[in-house]
Amino acid sequence: MEKFIKLTDTAIPLDAENVDTDQIIPARFLKATDKEGFGENLFRDWRFNKNGEPNEDFVLNQDRYSGSILIAGNNFGCGSSREHAAWALKAYGFKAVVSSYFADIFKGNALNNGVLPVQVSPNFLHKLFTAVEKDPNEKVTIDLEEQKIKLESSGQNESFEIDPYKKTCLLNGYDDIDFLTNKLDAIEDFEQKRSENLNRLEETLQN
Amino acid sequence: MNMNKTLFDKIWDSHVVESIPNGPDILYIDKHLIHEVTSPQAFNELKERNIPIFRPEQIVATADHNTPTKDQHLPVKDLLSRKQLKELSQNCEENNITLYGLGHPYNGIVHVMAPELGITQPGMTIVCGDSHTSTHGAFGTIAFGIGTSQVTQVFASQCLLVEKPKKLRVNVNGKLKKGVLPKDVILYIISKLGTNSGTGYFCEYAGNVFEEMSMEGRMTVCNMSIEMGARGGLIAPDQTTIDYVEGREFAPKGAEFEKMRAHWETLKTDEGAEFDQEYSFEAEDIEPMITYGTNPGMGIKLTGSIPVEGNKSDAKALAYMNFKPGETLLEKPINYIFIGSCTNSRIEDFRVAASYIKGKRKADNVNALIVPGSRQVATQIKEEGLDKVFEEAGFTLRQPGCSACLAMNDDKIPEGEYCVSTSNRNFEGRQGPGSRTILASPLTAAATAISGKISDYTQTLN
Ligand code: SF4
Repeated sequence: MEKFIKLTDTAIPLDAENVDTDQIIPARFLKATDKEGFGENLFRDWRFNKNGEPNEDFVLNQDRYSGSILIAGNNFGCGSSREHAAWALKAYGFKAVVSSYFADIFKGNALNNGVLPVQVSPNFLHKLFTAVEKDPNEKVTIDLEEQKIKLESSGQNESFEIDPYKKTCLLNGYDDIDFLTNKLDAIEDFEQKRSENLNRLEETLQN
Repeated sequence: MNMNKTLFDKIWDSHVVESIPNGPDILYIDKHLIHEVTSPQAFNELKERNIPIFRPEQIVATADHNTPTKDQHLPVKDLLSRKQLKELSQNCEENNITLYGLGHPYNGIVHVMAPELGITQPGMTIVCGDSHTSTHGAFGTIAFGIGTSQVTQVFASQCLLVEKPKKLRVNVNGKLKKGVLPKDVILYIISKLGTNSGTGYFCEYAGNVFEEMSMEGRMTVCNMSIEMGARGGLIAPDQTTIDYVEGREFAPKGAEFEKMRAHWETLKTDEGAEFDQEYSFEAEDIEPMITYGTNPGMGIKLTGSIPVEGNKSDAKALAYMNFKPGETLLEKPINYIFIGSCTNSRIEDFRVAASYIKGKRKADNVNALIVPGSRQVATQIKEEGLDKVFEEAGFTLRQPGCSACLAMNDDKIPEGEYCVSTSNRNFEGRQGPGSRTILASPLTAAATAISGKISDYTQTLN
């Protein structure tokens, strides 16, 4: 997995709440058996009109906005567990998503793919939206080490939370599989102990 | 310290292999369910990294999301779907994983077939690359949906690195009104609490309403836990649970069953155990429910009207649905109804629909699609003669699968059309691009098909 340490970039404001993973990547694009190509269909039904032309009203199609940070309304990533949503965001070029709330499964999926979900207060989210909509060249810095997000022009900033284990993984580019496959002995011991416990329960019952 | 434990604590704590200081727990997983859509990338990753599957015997696979609901004996027409299904078969074969593929008598939607085969048992931890894995919580299990990276983790270690969620309890006590089904109960709860009230929590449902519910009703409730953001929902196992599990294909038998029964009987929340959050509702306040927006929290009673107050997102949802604030949905003409999905595709759902439909005929404008959750349910429908009822009423009965719940196959609702659906998500385009979904119980869906519009059928129930 790619490392995430610190990122300074412009941002794209997606002013919608409860953005569900069906919108991020519609189900009809889930037939692939690899992780490639999902970026093309990110927000497919919002990005394109029925006739396949880009929808000019949708923020990803507006030239004024660019960047690898997505700013979105409350409760981002709700709905289906499809990790394809995280793959699509990543493939499109997003490295971080900022919202005042993330759905659990999406948050985990994003972290497992090196896309950082940054949860901020509704107040700070509002500041971000206002600043970026006013000046699309506004730069936002996300510093994982310091756990801080900052608006470069005004210096306004806020701290964000992240699970310390996940933080270490992202800073170093490790993933959970490396960690777990080093634990197989402990896992086997656990399996052993559990079946002993159940048998003990049986003995207690017989007595 | 409070030593009294919740049901959730008891199951969780007994599955923790290790807790990482300042980090997640290593949680042991008893059963891992997989399907064609969220597993191929996990198999590929393991292959690339040369990691074997650690406990293939604890994995069960089915084909459901992509599968056609017609002519299942023929090769699948959609080439991409066919390839995905073929890959699932190959991956299962190479890794010694049991697969109940298309056409197998045990095939069905993963959250319908596993419980009916007795694979789901109280006290277990169960995961699947599908958010409605919460369904299995009906048995008093910790069951939750995971992403594909986590599918890979479980393949490699039969464990997951997860932070322990907080605990939430929702109590519903009292007597439900006539015509109020488990689906209405959960739609009501979500409409009251909102779609992210459960984020970060695992939810226990308690109170006499759930105690008196059948296992199938409990599954409908737990299924939609994720729609309020909760990772999962669970209900303490009781005699109803034990009776349901006993005798099923993969349930323990004989002495083994007695041993497990003794264990299952210990699985309940201790008196005085603490929850991080708790809500209570009165059963008498619940009426048949429908949704009017584009998330499952946007629900009202069948006879209610759309709230006038709303923010920008609510306005966007209403524009998509072509509804107005303050409007009632009664008398809205409806051209499509769908009874199916892992929320409502079990035999009781079809019985309740059939009992309303019997002797009636669907309205001419309506396309009424009935899709059983599994081959076993399909067989039962025939055995009980419900297929005749549906046929005589002009309903279309199909073969099992996820079908119009997510429209990955041909079962799509056309653009702009409303569908009264027993599924669990009314997101934009969920049932096909531009489709408009109104979530409801099987009874409401059946009644809508008969009258061709949304109507207050409760007056006519006897
Ligand atoms: S029926 Fe719908 S919600 Fe259930 S598993 Fe299938 S696609 Fe998911």
